[in-house]
Amino acid sequence: MESDEAAEHRVRTMILEAFADTIIPGEKRGPDDAAIAGVDVGGGAVAGGAIELLEDPAGGLAPALDTICVELDEYAREHAATTGLDLNPDLPPFVGLPFESRTALIEKLTSPDHPDKQMWVGLALFCNMAFDSAPHLHTVEALATGHPGLLAMGYETPDSDGLWRFPTFSYGRQLANPHPSTTATGSPA
Amino acid sequence: MTATESTDVLVIGSGFGGAIAAYHLAAGGARVTVLERGPWLKADDFEHDFKLGSSYTRVFDFVIGDGMSVLGGNCVGGGSVVYFATMPRAPRFVFERHGSIGRRMWPAAISRDTLEPWYDRVAEALPITQQTWDRVPYAGGLFGAACHHAGRTANPAPSAIDVDMCTNCNWMMAGCRFDAKRSLLLNYLPAALAHGAEIRPLHEVQHLVRNDDGSYRVHYRVVDEEDYRILHGEGTIDAKIVVIAAGAGATPVILQRSEPHLGRMPQAVGRYFSGNGERLNTAVFDEDRVREVLKLSRPDGRAYEAYQIGRGPTVASWDRLDGTLPEYERYSLEQLYFPPALGTILAQVPDASPSWFGRDKKEMLRRWQSWLTIFTMSEDDNEGVFGPPPETGNAHRFSQQMLGHGPLRYQPTANTRRGWSLADADVKDILERDGLSRVMPWTNDLVGAYTVHPLASCRIGDDPATSALDDRHELRGHPGIFVTDGSAVPGALTVNPASTIAALAERAMPGIVRAARERGVEVTYGAPSPDGETAGRRAVAHLRS
Ligand SMILES: Cc1cc2nc3c(=O)[nH]c(=O)nc-3n(C[C@H](O)[C@H](O)[C@H](O)COP(=O)(O)OP(=O)(O)OC[C@H]3O[C@@H](n4cnc5c(N)ncnc54)[C@H](O)[C@@H]3O)c2cc1C
Repeated sequence: MESDEAAEHRVRTMILEAFADTIIPGEKRGPDDAAIAGVDVGGGAVAGGAIELLEDPAGGLAPALDTICVELDEYAREHAATTGLDLNPDLPPFVGLPFESRTALIEKLTSPDHPDKQMWVGLALFCNMAFDSAPHLHTVEALATGHPGLLAMGYETPDSDGLWRFPTFSYGRQLANPHPSTTATGSPA
Repeated sequence: MTATESTDVLVIGSGFGGAIAAYHLAAGGARVTVLERGPWLKADDFEHDFKLGSSYTRVFDFVIGDGMSVLGGNCVGGGSVVYFATMPRAPRFVFERHGSIGRRMWPAAISRDTLEPWYDRVAEALPITQQTWDRVPYAGGLFGAACHHAGRTANPAPSAIDVDMCTNCNWMMAGCRFDAKRSLLLNYLPAALAHGAEIRPLHEVQHLVRNDDGSYRVHYRVVDEEDYRILHGEGTIDAKIVVIAAGAGATPVILQRSEPHLGRMPQAVGRYFSGNGERLNTAVFDEDRVREVLKLSRPDGRAYEAYQIGRGPTVASWDRLDGTLPEYERYSLEQLYFPPALGTILAQVPDASPSWFGRDKKEMLRRWQSWLTIFTMSEDDNEGVFGPPPETGNAHRFSQQMLGHGPLRYQPTANTRRGWSLADADVKDILERDGLSRVMPWTNDLVGAYTVHPLASCRIGDDPATSALDDRHELRGHPGIFVTDGSAVPGALTVNPASTIAALAERAMPGIVRAARERGVEVTYGAPSPDGETAGRRAVAHLRS
């Protein structure tokens, strides 16, 4: 049997995954995947490693994740009530919201006048980062193991020593006229 | 607590303002101690890695305020280690600006002409060189070609990068692995060390106390080398002269925290902060249009798809740096690279809702190599104000490294917003012509405005009511305390500021040396350039007194 603690952590993970998937959506991992809405092809923030990143003590959000999930569920219940949505009782309320409602709710939580905006923006930023820079992984490793975000962005791969070099980098010709009053040092006048 | 140590000159921070002071004072014979809150890394330590805990997060500082986030360096060498090394001089009209006070805000003694020999010294020391089109990376070329197509001019901007050594890896924000970027680790700082200066990394200054003999006692805490949220032991050092150069996001905070010990601070300490009018736009280019309209193609046949390649900003358009235009309507536009995360999160998708996250944002990220980021530097209104200082440092540190929350408040005025909207419209006009790209400014709704160029929070001036420092950079009412970093600059510069910050620091040195002598320190002014060149010294010889 799953311990209470493990069950709580599983629920927490689902909620955080649903949030991350709203920030950068991806495809479902299987037919029973409720956390990922599945509105896009390829991996999104969840496959990018959002949960690992959020739980990394170096990031600073880890101690707040329990509270964050309780609040997300409360907001979700409220959102469902005011928009007349029936929530699936088997799922945490935020996970039970369809993708569009998750999106609308996150827009509200991160809007300039929301009292806890800073926390929700922080959460969203970490989800973004998991996808587009994978700061929980060494970048060379992330590329070698096919990190979905860096791959989707077409991030170039390094030389064999793990350093990036671009020996071909320039169109090699003058493409504009300099400002007529440029000074002898190359600065504006 | 350990016994108090003593030195002649204590320098707080090792960026431009600190390194220049440390060098001249040490070379002149003073005992110099530099306290720097960040770690001391060199080329081999600079990693190409986004991982938390890599050099990138160790040397970088990101403080979120109320309406303004400030990015800067956090290491020996300060901002020069993480910066892009684009080093234009400020245009002439900048020194004549009135800003929010209704009269010239720069000291009467300073103009572009009087600063020119000090700019020359900095150019010789780093060195700063002019750039040529044949070595401009694709992104700079694309911006230049788009400017030309729109009837605008564009210049390769002067730079402190040794282009022969540069690999165009665009990892310069994590520190330059190849020593191609001429950071302070390669000139002023080693020269200061050679003259006996001592640099102590991971030493964060908290406050100053005045001693009975008129010297100062500087209180510091030792920062954990891995988790900056943890502070270890504390200590004190007595000094006859204190040079504060902790950067415009930190210098006023140290002074505010010292007020109970030092006595009343000038009104302008922690006020008049400027973000250098910074604003970013991101364009996503249509590769076919780049080929058809601008006739650009790379050797491998691609038109562009080269956002990742290069060395930060290389090409700037200075058409709006026109002194005949009204104040607040002048700005420069500069092509720029920011790495993923810092450079992607605030970028918005045109015509999409939500604009900064979701499906459309992911689609935009798929075209990341076709991005071009344009940096506006405009004239803001010095509207930033620092609230009460946090317990330690200048921020409540949130992450192990890099991220914290600070006391700066910034509500952009109508003047500032006007400059931004003119620049946004201009960028759109240039980059969207003939379907070249789609452009949107970054959102200010998430973390407010943002700046990598914090300025003016403890500024020089002639008027005691609106400037914290006199024109010799001495803190009003507190003799022996000098400020030589970006906080001393009176206001936005419309171009990248480091060249001007450094020139002002160079200009302040003869006066600081004199003040040190008056306080009994055996020191003289007249050091050559850090590598021994003497042209710059000769040129300022007659300006010393
Ligand atoms: C990503 C990026 C790119 C940039 N690119 C350019 C560019 O291309 N051109 C340009 O002109 N400018 C650029 N800048 C700006 C430039 O780096 C700064 O203007 C410049 O470094 C400011 O110099 P400073 O002396 O004011 O302070 P800094 O260089 O910021 O130095 C301040 C130092 O003080 C230390 N410090 C802070 N608090 C304390 C404390 N309490 N005790 C001890 N030490 C402390 C800091 O760790 C830091 O090392 C860039 C900045 C960034 C972040």
